[in-house]
Amino acid sequence: MSNALTKAAASRNRAAEPYSLFSALRGGGPVVWLSCLIMGLGNILGGQIVLGLIYLAIEVGIIRFLVSAGGGIYWISMLPSLGWREQEKVFNEETFVYEYVAGDQSQLILLYGIASLCVVGLLVLVWQSSVRSGYKALCLKKEGKHVPNFRQSLKSLLDENVHKLLMFPPTACLAVFTVLPLLYMMSMAFTNYSKEGDHLVLFDWVGLDNFIAIFDSTSTIGKQFGSVLTWTLIWAFFATFLNFFLGTIVAMIINRKSIRFKGLWRGCLSMTIAVPQFVSLMVVRSMLQPEGIINRMLLNAGLISERLPFLTDATWARVLVIIVNLWVGIPYTIMQVTGILQNIPAEQYEAATIDGANVFQIFFNITLPYMLFVLTPYIITQFTGNINNFNVIYLLTRGEPMGVGNSAGDTDLLITWLYKLSVDQQKYNLAAVIGIFTFVVLSIVSLITYRSSGSYKDEEGFK
Amino acid sequence: MAKKVSGGMKAKRITLDVVTYVFLVVMCLIWLIPFFWLVMQSFRDGKGQFISTFLPTAYTLNNYKALFTEFDVMNFPRMFMNTFFIACCTCVISTFFVLSVSYCTSRLKWKMRKPYMNMAMVLNLFPGFMSMVAVYFILKALGMTEGNKIPLAMIICFSAGSGTGFYVMKGYMDTIPKSMDEAASMDGCTHWQIFTKITLPLCKPMIVYQVITSFMGPWVDFVFAKVIARTNSQYFTVSIGLWSMLEKEYVDTWFVRFCAGAVLVSIPIAILFMVTQKFYQEAMGGAVKG
Repeated sequence: MSNALTKAAASRNRAAEPYSLFSALRGGGPVVWLSCLIMGLGNILGGQIVLGLIYLAIEVGIIRFLVSAGGGIYWISMLPSLGWREQEKVFNEETFVYEYVAGDQSQLILLYGIASLCVVGLLVLVWQSSVRSGYKALCLKKEGKHVPNFRQSLKSLLDENVHKLLMFPPTACLAVFTVLPLLYMMSMAFTNYSKEGDHLVLFDWVGLDNFIAIFDSTSTIGKQFGSVLTWTLIWAFFATFLNFFLGTIVAMIINRKSIRFKGLWRGCLSMTIAVPQFVSLMVVRSMLQPEGIINRMLLNAGLISERLPFLTDATWARVLVIIVNLWVGIPYTIMQVTGILQNIPAEQYEAATIDGANVFQIFFNITLPYMLFVLTPYIITQFTGNINNFNVIYLLTRGEPMGVGNSAGDTDLLITWLYKLSVDQQKYNLAAVIGIFTFVVLSIVSLITYRSSGSYKDEEGFK
Repeated sequence: MAKKVSGGMKAKRITLDVVTYVFLVVMCLIWLIPFFWLVMQSFRDGKGQFISTFLPTAYTLNNYKALFTEFDVMNFPRMFMNTFFIACCTCVISTFFVLSVSYCTSRLKWKMRKPYMNMAMVLNLFPGFMSMVAVYFILKALGMTEGNKIPLAMIICFSAGSGTGFYVMKGYMDTIPKSMDEAASMDGCTHWQIFTKITLPLCKPMIVYQVITSFMGPWVDFVFAKVIARTNSQYFTVSIGLWSMLEKEYVDTWFVRFCAGAVLVSIPIAILFMVTQKFYQEAMGGAVKG
């Protein structure tokens, strides 16, 4: 007898979802079908009155929001056109004054429209969960089993359903303040929302025009995109690999057996990590100004006869941001590689020394290959991080020097250009295109790394 | 490095050591000189950003005093308190979010677990500034970009996204043996009790790391805060304040005070950073030893 029971339980477990939406619709009968319209009905009839009423209240609330005047349905219906009514001045016959009649604001229509679509999505999710939960309650009642009352349902939130309780606040915040903004921003890439052509209040869908303009290498914006992209890649390459090589070498030097005060050296070097970047980099920026202390010192020492254009000449500025980035980045590399260096098997070094290899041969044939093997994921993360390295560029040069008539400076990365385009120049559509482009490139790189990394494969073994 | 082989191995090693020490001292000097210069400038008597000598010619404490007495252009103590308040709230919320998400993804089985982790990874790939303007518009639509709601808006900005930054904490929780949860479960603990009574105490070093890291966020960020505070100087955080001290119209008078303010902010932040490193290393030793 008990054997049969366990078998039944096992078979129920084997079916992926005992109370799935599909099985509810197929095997539920009229009450469940009716509860598709009146959410919570199943729960109420199944004995879970409070839960059912909550579902019903949510349904009423959402539908009221959607159908009320100026509610969700209105915003969704405005989405295809994004509004057309301009603000108008109307003469009021009674009071003999001109009054302004508010026009449409495409930006708000887009935002509220997308938010309303999300609310509709939410309604679908709640609906699905209510139908399933109602079906479950009815089934349990029919089978004569105990239907958990509201208090027990609440209690289960602290036990087997604790993930629902714990995940709700972070997920809700993510949805509203990360996912919604991203959807909103991405949709801007397909509009002409820009200061250019006076489209800040009313704008329209333009399809792929922005993408075509940016990827067209003959247009003004396309040329700028080309040069910014090239510089971004050059920067990311040098910033990553120079940091890695030089950082490894410094770490090895500090790691030498005969060197004392290892902590002191590492501590001194990590000052650039400990002090906030907006302080350290702005100090360096001030020192590198044409009138700044470095030029002054060089002049006083008679080493140069006129001021060096540290941050005002494109080539100087580009080389300098890479060098200053070494100042910030080498300590990070040291932190990362110190432990790994100690893991290299000592026998390899001994064997190499016996064979008569010199320091450089040992470095290039033993240390470096080992480090590259272990740290490839780290290097790729650094590479993507450098493509998005807003702080170093923006604090140091603000993207300058800037050619006349350009919207991007010579040291601007895609990310700082994006910032300038959206915050300073209000060309939101182009900024959005660049954001999407950066995301696509980064996600391809990262997905490949992440998929082949050990931590992902370990995760597969999670039970 | 050392090319000359003078005598035996020992002499060679000593030369090499000397060269290494010299190299390290030079490196450290390069690394520290800008900070040394900053500290010296903060005691400089006089105005202006550009001077003709490396070290100041006259010293004073007035720059520090001015930060705490002159409030007509910039109110440094208020910026400090603003940032402190925002940082405290942010660190409570983010730590709670990170702990919840890490616990759920590390210890529990649930249907959306894998999709959530993939989604978090994808979201992390978007450049943060991409949605910044959109976040501002959303906060504006919620009426949170005016008056005394600005600090609230900043708290939301700094903490709302923390649900995706759980990888380090999750990795740490993964090292806690599952058998501990099972044993507690046998003894009749609910999942909530396991979370609060077993997992959290075991994660202490990592929690300290997380608390301090999220506490430091508002102190070092200047981009998000600047977009939200705009010109409302009474809601400035320290970093926007210091940033605007170097704007063209203020820099002449305020450069030395910027230096003083930067020193005052950097010292606690640097100390906190060192503390996080200590706890991080402790945490990397594993959750349950033996």
